[in-house]
Amino acid sequence: MPQTLYDKLWNSHVVHVETDGTALLYIDRHLVHEVTSAQAYEGLRAAGRKPWRVESVVATADHNTPTTHWEEGLAGVRDPFAKLQIETLDANIRQFGAKVYFPYLDRQQGIVHVIGPEQGATLPGMTVVCGDSHTSTHGAFACLAHGIGTSEVEHVLATQCLVTKKMKNLRINVEGPLGRGVTAKDIVLAIIGRIGTAGATGYAIEFAGAAIRSLSMEGRMTVCNMAIEAGARAGMVAVDEVTIEYLRGRKFAPSGALWDQAVAYWRTLVSDPGAKFDREVPINAREIKPHVTWGTSPEMVVTVDDAVPDPDRENDAQRREAMERALSYMGLKPRTPITDIAIDKVFIGSCTNSRIEDLRAAAAVVRGRRVASNVKLALVVPGSGLVKQQAEREGLDRIFRDAGFEWREPGCSMCLGMNPDRLSAGERCASTSNRNFEGRQGPGGRTHLVSPVMAAAAAIAGHFVDIRRWS
Amino acid sequence: MEKFTVLNGLVAPLDRANVDTDQIIPKQYLASIKRTGFAGGLFADWRKDPGFVLNQPRYKGAQILLARKNFGCGSSREHAPWALIDYGFRSVIAPSYADIFFNNSYKNGLLPVVLTEAEVDRLFHECNAFPGFRLVIDLERQSVASTDGALVMRFEIDPFRKYCLVNGLDEIGLTLRHADKIREFEARRKAQYPWYF
Repeated sequence: MPQTLYDKLWNSHVVHVETDGTALLYIDRHLVHEVTSAQAYEGLRAAGRKPWRVESVVATADHNTPTTHWEEGLAGVRDPFAKLQIETLDANIRQFGAKVYFPYLDRQQGIVHVIGPEQGATLPGMTVVCGDSHTSTHGAFACLAHGIGTSEVEHVLATQCLVTKKMKNLRINVEGPLGRGVTAKDIVLAIIGRIGTAGATGYAIEFAGAAIRSLSMEGRMTVCNMAIEAGARAGMVAVDEVTIEYLRGRKFAPSGALWDQAVAYWRTLVSDPGAKFDREVPINAREIKPHVTWGTSPEMVVTVDDAVPDPDRENDAQRREAMERALSYMGLKPRTPITDIAIDKVFIGSCTNSRIEDLRAAAAVVRGRRVASNVKLALVVPGSGLVKQQAEREGLDRIFRDAGFEWREPGCSMCLGMNPDRLSAGERCASTSNRNFEGRQGPGGRTHLVSPVMAAAAAIAGHFVDIRRWS
Repeated sequence: MEKFTVLNGLVAPLDRANVDTDQIIPKQYLASIKRTGFAGGLFADWRKDPGFVLNQPRYKGAQILLARKNFGCGSSREHAPWALIDYGFRSVIAPSYADIFFNNSYKNGLLPVVLTEAEVDRLFHECNAFPGFRLVIDLERQSVASTDGALVMRFEIDPFRKYCLVNGLDEIGLTLRHADKIREFEARRKAQYPWYF
């Protein structure tokens, strides 16, 4: 019987199935970070257990690490609780071990979802888990990758398995060419706008179609990253030449004869012709424009040439109330054109958009220009030490600095504001991150999700602009 | 994990859809290396509003949170169910949940009950109309009922999850009963696909 990519990944990892369909799924790669692992290691210690397979663990500190004051070492971490979490991870990895650990201040440290792929620690055909919902990012490599809770982190450490049930199959076909200025971020925001923030709950999404094929691995990671914002724990893209070329020569990718063997297997990681999907959603890439969120959920999104919606035109009472609440929180009036919205801060970074290609695209927009005077802070936070070094070799740091951006050390930074990079109450931010929830980037902060080029252009103009008209 | 059998609890109504885990427990409360002590962080931003449901005296001591669809979306932080439990909740009732929150709840003895939108609507109505409104959640019988038994609703739950909750079982211990099978699977996989090891 023809199988979907997800069926293949699922079937190749099932260790045991209970009569009600609950399965033990074998886990190949376990990514660990400082905020969701401490309680799991504590649980292991309390029960006198050890990790089942230390070689599956790749660890880093990224969520709460400062992006400044690295020259001061650990003393540069001013928040005592953040410091405790970082030191606790150090101690846990020392005690329990890992295949590789990129601690705070390491030159290869970075956002866990950036370093996995760039190190070749994420490979097609793997199951990948992490105590972070944006683990869906790794699905770009035809992995079954999803976020888990801390109890599951402990469970995977102790048993190398996850107790789970099979999800349903959803394929989103993005067909046709993308217009100028339209990016992977706009594809995924358009999808979320279409199906809603719970639109894919209970499904694993396969992103397919010519527009997805045309994306680089960086772009595919951006799309899969935000599958969770449509409710799907896992998003994925089939293997093709782009996947294989990206992985060739990466540190933890196989080499020599093993590489050839692996590639032969990886090429089978596509949905078979005639495979059955529980649901399919067609998207016309030609119609996708640059997107900007206006509210407090990623589904509250419009195109840049549109305006803030009017709750009075919404018939559903619950929806109308949610819109009114969002507009009040965001300090926006209905029917305001998006390009009239002025911003206070700009954040280019996060596991969604902090890779080298994102930084190149943003740098091309700001080259030779200055950040607008009403913008108090424009931040560029590379996704990893390797991304940062690459960008510096290409002179991107100079372009950003000359324009008035701050060039920071890698980490999750202002995407979730667990480190000192935050919005103050009432501040409005053009952000390349993934969540515009209330308070996400700082209590009272107002987040608009956009692509890197849209964020860069907003920084220069001081308000949102249609990047398609940028010259 | 504490066993979950029958819960007779006061109900607090949170009348919002798409409540995300950043609201359930804002990030400034995640900086801990323990599983307890999160009660103060529960809905911390919303609790600054004196009119917020959990600030109303009539809902003091509530053990059941009544909510709208897609409850617990967003971040995978298990601190969300930890905070709900720490505050005193043992169950949430909603028409639907985000997948990760749903899973995390079971692992901690917090029962996420799924009822239809119409049933949840009805409960919101009852809860608002009658101060002190309580519900009896009987996990063994998979029912939610008013204390006088006039209102009875049924809910579905995976047999395995029910078994774990009713018995308060440690899931790791259960999985390790299959340790030999895991080892066999691992050996086979390593032979076939050595580059993953």
